[in-house]
Amino acid sequence: MGVGAKVNALGLERSAYTGRASTLCKGCGHDSISSQIIAVAWEMSLPSHQIIKLSGIGCSSKSPAYFLNRSHGFNGLHGRMPSLATGAVFANHTLKAVGVSGDGDTGSIGLGQFKHMVRRNIPMVYIIENNGVYGLTKGQFSATADKGQKLKYAGVNEMMPIDLCLEAIAANATLVARSFAGDPKQVRELLKIALSHQGVAILDIISPCVTFNNHDESTKGYVYGKQHQETLQDISYIPAYDEITVDYAEGEAQVVTLHDGSRIVLRKLDPERHDPTDRMAAYQVLEQARANQEFITGLIYIEPDSPSITETNQLVDTPLAHLPEDVTRPPRATLDEMMAKLMGG
Amino acid sequence: MSQAVQAAERVTGQKSGKPIVNDFQIVVATVNGTGSQTANSALIRALFRMGIPVNGKNIFPSNIQGLPTWFSIRLSKDEYVARREHSEILVAMNQATVKEDIQNLSPGGVVYTPEEWNIPAERDDITYYTMPVKALVSASDTPPNLRDYVSNMVYVGVLAAMHNIDLAEVHEALNIHFSGKAKAVESNMTMVNAAFEWAQDHLAKSDPFVAERMDKTSGLIMLDGNSAGALGAVFGGVTFVAWYPITPSTSLVDALKDYLAETRHDAEGKATYAVVQAEDELAAIGMVIGAGWAGARAMTSTSGPGIALMSEFGGLAYSTEVPSVIWDVQRVGPSTGLPTRTQQGDVLKAYFLGTGDTKHVVLLPGSIAECFEFGWRAFDLAERLQTLVFVLSDLDLGMNLWMSKPFEYPDQPMDRGKVLTAEDVDRLGGFKRYADVDGDGIGWRTLPGTDHPLAAYFTRGSGHNDEAQYSERTEDWAGNMARLTRKFDTARTLLPKPVVDTVKGAIIGIISYGSNDPAIIEGRDKLKAQGVKASYLRLRGLPLEGTTRKFIEKHERVCVIENNTDGQMAKLIHMEYPDLAPKVQSIAFSNGLPFSARWIYEQVMEWEK
Repeated sequence: MGVGAKVNALGLERSAYTGRASTLCKGCGHDSISSQIIAVAWEMSLPSHQIIKLSGIGCSSKSPAYFLNRSHGFNGLHGRMPSLATGAVFANHTLKAVGVSGDGDTGSIGLGQFKHMVRRNIPMVYIIENNGVYGLTKGQFSATADKGQKLKYAGVNEMMPIDLCLEAIAANATLVARSFAGDPKQVRELLKIALSHQGVAILDIISPCVTFNNHDESTKGYVYGKQHQETLQDISYIPAYDEITVDYAEGEAQVVTLHDGSRIVLRKLDPERHDPTDRMAAYQVLEQARANQEFITGLIYIEPDSPSITETNQLVDTPLAHLPEDVTRPPRATLDEMMAKLMGG
Repeated sequence: MSQAVQAAERVTGQKSGKPIVNDFQIVVATVNGTGSQTANSALIRALFRMGIPVNGKNIFPSNIQGLPTWFSIRLSKDEYVARREHSEILVAMNQATVKEDIQNLSPGGVVYTPEEWNIPAERDDITYYTMPVKALVSASDTPPNLRDYVSNMVYVGVLAAMHNIDLAEVHEALNIHFSGKAKAVESNMTMVNAAFEWAQDHLAKSDPFVAERMDKTSGLIMLDGNSAGALGAVFGGVTFVAWYPITPSTSLVDALKDYLAETRHDAEGKATYAVVQAEDELAAIGMVIGAGWAGARAMTSTSGPGIALMSEFGGLAYSTEVPSVIWDVQRVGPSTGLPTRTQQGDVLKAYFLGTGDTKHVVLLPGSIAECFEFGWRAFDLAERLQTLVFVLSDLDLGMNLWMSKPFEYPDQPMDRGKVLTAEDVDRLGGFKRYADVDGDGIGWRTLPGTDHPLAAYFTRGSGHNDEAQYSERTEDWAGNMARLTRKFDTARTLLPKPVVDTVKGAIIGIISYGSNDPAIIEGRDKLKAQGVKASYLRLRGLPLEGTTRKFIEKHERVCVIENNTDGQMAKLIHMEYPDLAPKVQSIAFSNGLPFSARWIYEQVMEWEK
């Protein structure tokens, strides 16, 4: 540690949270998201060894190699990361899973696993780096591509997109948010909320593809995003273990206490406009945004008290992976008793 | 005069010729969904409790209600438990199949039909008995909604009376079946007793088949292979199970859940395991691999179509070297095939599951005792070898009732494999995940959650170097594959060795595996009686190791007998030992049923010519 270097509560510099050099295209929105993950993990003083990074296949799924070098990572199969994450958090429920997926990975090949992971309320942060295009295979439409969108390779998309936030809410997600990779402040704030949430947290982050999907008319391009982004709420985050309080005016803010005791404070532009604990309102803002050909950003839905599946399973406190043999292998007498019973036929 | 003959004469008041004692087969033909399972289980358990070696086979449809089902019980004083093609005693309770069922009966056999069917006695080489099923059920005070169900107890009572099955043992068998629920036991037993008395009073015994108490099952247990495998997993310390329902593997997870609930909760009632019903087999194996990666002893159980879906993950587990266990209770394929019939058709699929150069370790249990043993051993092998391990069972072994010596408690502590702790990483100053530091092809791993800045590594199915970093370097790829091949060679030394019975002077050898064992044991006795000497090697694991090569070398000719159409194991042996291939021939057949000894005998005689 250099003299005077800035350290977090664990005494670690930001560099302790970085990853390997990115191999994604220069200016890719995914790299910006990786930077925010690094910033937030450092800021929140998260112990890296308690985080696992998971991903599927695609440009987005490469990115876990580019942050949190001190965390175990698993770059799995296309669309199947939710199942890997599910097994991992059951094996060790003390781990915090951070998954990174893309719109092809989540919206097409992995839609089934995505929705079942959501339904199970797997305790993980699930980030969709959404650009509406298949980059690694050079520019096909994904299921989140806009209707009428044109791509050099694929022509015109005639189908309506799948809205992954709507899909998540329909599958009973306990946290759904949407953001824009070009808005690092909001991404960081939403990441903090998601990391404090005890169940599944879906972050659909519009992350423009600089190479294949960055036309002015695409809703997932930079130009469109900057012009049309509407901020739903101004969100500040207060971890329970942090004494710093955010300055917010009563009456204009909404406080949600998360399961772990930490609270989020939502500052709305119009407090009457959106209550993120209201499921119908969540549907409504998403449908309205769709009708307006816009994307709404911010915390769309949260249900803070829902237990995750590892909680409802009533597991022992020690992670299953670390249980000793004398706990997991019943004694000889148990087998003898069972055999004696079976001798009667 | 034997006890049985005395009993027969007591029943009938007349002599019934030379009795055939404890050496015949009973088949009960019913419609599925009519509750005959209770009656059949009572019969087989009662016979087992009388000390008579028995084996039960359920030939059932892929259907919930209304299609034909046959349950056969073989009594064998000589302890043969293979399937027999023909039965001596038929209980015909399915009007749709009764004609064909009677045609299939052995000459000299016996058929019981409900009286109200008025079945004409068309065969003069068998004995016809009728049972007034409706009348007896009506005469009982059984509630109308249970009458069909309890009507199956009529044949239990009649068979007991006519073939000397001890009623006290039937009672005890029902006690076991209903876990001591007195009301259920009594209502069924009342029907059994009524039918027994009716048969004593009204049927004149003119057949020779009698059961007689003997002492060949004391100290033995009776169980199905799926339950045995589940119990093995419990004693192997399984901590995570993910699965998707599929016949015929579902009962393995059902049993596992019961055993886990019984044995694996702490003092506060908290579970030391988790079972997740996945949305499909892809998710099931994905969860297992995720859990294995994070350090759990994780398994799934499935059958052919599930294995097909697990292909991509099979390759991932091999490439990323994650301990994981798949039980494949094989059924007939290709495609949906015959879901409720048995086959050994997934040998090559399991062995090579994945893309590119993928190969897997496969265990081949041949008995319920081995289902138990491989149930725990699979985890030791998976963690030692850091790879996916298959246990290939089948429907015959998995879903039918088998006698066995009691299972033996694991004779060694768990082998959790090469795992570095934070202290290890500190002492070593870091580690390379895929470096072959010990020369056995197996690297050292750390588990997520290991509290050391150098403990983490990045797992990926894409090309990687020793340090688990992404690499497209040709040397890295080829070097990694060479190490995986070394690891596979290490696996050869760790697997259960084949069971070999070399006959002095035999020029031919039989290689087989899995549930074919009982038919081959009996078939070899038949061959021996004809003066044909045949050695026998039963494979218990893949990849092959030296024993099999030596066995082939030692014999002039070897046949590989297996229950599939393509001769999959024979092909695998050809691939492994191309120089010996001309000596190794395939005897392969699949029609959904387990082999009989007669079939084995005939095939080997034909081949041997």
